[in-house]
Amino acid sequence: MRSEFTRLRAGIALLLALALSLGVVACGSSNDGGTSSSEEGGSAGAIVSNPKNAKVSLTIGSKNFPESEITSEIYAQALKAAGYKVKTDLGLGSETIALKTLKQGEVSGYPEYTSTALESLFGLEPGEVPAEAQPAYEKAKAELEKDGLTAFPPTPFSSANAVGTTTKFAEEEGLKTVSDLEGKSESMSLYGSPECRQRIDCLAGLEKYYGLKFKSFHPVDIGLRYTVLEKGQADLSILFTTDPQLAAEKDKFVILEDDKEVFPAGNVIFITDQSTAKKAGPDYEKTIVAVQKGLTLPVIQELNARVELEKKSAKQAAAEYLKSAGYVG
Amino acid sequence: MTALILLHLPPGSIQGALEFIFEPQSSNVTGGKMVGGFDQTLELALTQLEVTIFALALSLVLALPAGLYLGHKGVGELLAVGLGNAGRAIPELALIAFMAAAIGVGTLNLTIALAVLGIPPILTNAFVGIRQVDRAPVEAARGIGMTEREILFKVELPLAIPTLMAGIRLATIAIVATATIAPLAGVLTLGDYIINENVYGENGVVAGAIVVAVMALTLELLLAALQRRLTSKGLKLSPA
Repeated sequence: MRSEFTRLRAGIALLLALALSLGVVACGSSNDGGTSSSEEGGSAGAIVSNPKNAKVSLTIGSKNFPESEITSEIYAQALKAAGYKVKTDLGLGSETIALKTLKQGEVSGYPEYTSTALESLFGLEPGEVPAEAQPAYEKAKAELEKDGLTAFPPTPFSSANAVGTTTKFAEEEGLKTVSDLEGKSESMSLYGSPECRQRIDCLAGLEKYYGLKFKSFHPVDIGLRYTVLEKGQADLSILFTTDPQLAAEKDKFVILEDDKEVFPAGNVIFITDQSTAKKAGPDYEKTIVAVQKGLTLPVIQELNARVELEKKSAKQAAAEYLKSAGYVG
Repeated sequence: MTALILLHLPPGSIQGALEFIFEPQSSNVTGGKMVGGFDQTLELALTQLEVTIFALALSLVLALPAGLYLGHKGVGELLAVGLGNAGRAIPELALIAFMAAAIGVGTLNLTIALAVLGIPPILTNAFVGIRQVDRAPVEAARGIGMTEREILFKVELPLAIPTLMAGIRLATIAIVATATIAPLAGVLTLGDYIINENVYGENGVVAGAIVVAVMALTLELLLAALQRRLTSKGLKLSPA
């Protein structure tokens, strides 16, 4: 009985979120608003196919989680609409592996996060990562160019790790910020992805910069990060700020404010190599920059919801985005 | 398999992996904390051994009596062989995720998931091992007045040992190798090195693979020795 009721409520919340964000997408594409999308010229910035691009073949990669696959599919389908010959190679793995495939020329490019690039690929400390999207992008681009790579400008949305819990637990324990965990974390269990344990933008950072110790840390598959909270097994779980559950189930889950800025937020930048960028011509960067303009936080949360909660494919979610935002007819 | 993969690696990485097993190394993403080294490797390997033993014990408790009983009675071939084969097709990760909602993640979830992997070969081989025993000695045993229990344990079981042990060995190797997925279910095993190339680098991945391979080979050798001890003299190939 009870579980049916919760499922019903979740379903309603989801429908609401869907309706809301469809509204957002629709607003972004309306041409009477005088928003930045009108500067593309034409109706709502529809992508124009250029026959010159037909002789360029591109393979677009992605990392192994839904958000990366969705952004990758959006870029791939947009480039196809611009006339390129496009293949996708999704779910390559973590950033180290994705970057390796790019350097070996197996993919032409893939979406990466500025924060991940700077910290994990180039070894910066969390405090050294610029908080603003533009300087973070420029720093990452400068580092990439040393390797013969380059990056295109960042998406509007950014994503970060966050310490999350159930609203009920946060209220009981009086938790609003991560610092509120001081003196309490010793009796709390934390769940996160296997690599979280050793990462400075995850458990290692909570220990080093916040001085927190937890009763226990349990590694789990990223796909289980809400299950362990719902099941009451985890007191705290590492979530992502772009998670659809945070929008659809606002009364159920909450993230604690990262008041010491240990988890830098990263915007998505498309990383590619310089020779491909040169060969592919100006439409390569232009298409990617144009098509990501609609990717704000509510939109990416909605797209994540379609894949993670409604079990649609990343390809389908990306196609829906491109269509409803007017990039393809 | 593992040996083949290792052969294709650049020569430096084997050395790097061996260093990783014994000496802590620096990592890009840890903010200065060292990773790997003998203490961490030993701890992960012991956990891997622990979950392997739990899962193997559970598979034996569930599958061995059932296989022996059905084999002796000569019934339930569809169950023993069919269920055995179907069991091999269950994807482990999906099973862990499925059970996460019911019983949560952790050692219990993992033990059950790995036991699901161990049950099919033990069940099928116990059943087939008992069934294929020559009927003549079984009839003779019945003729001299042995009880059904005596027939199973004194005649059929000794003759079925080679087939039965082959099933147990298969199960053990499958379980110890698959226990590397444990870090996705809340338990830290050597899979931690293999899954997280970001943290441990290629040396860590190869180091994890080497230690798991060594553990699998060691368990295989121990079980082979046990099998030789359990096999009755009459069944052994004697030197000509």
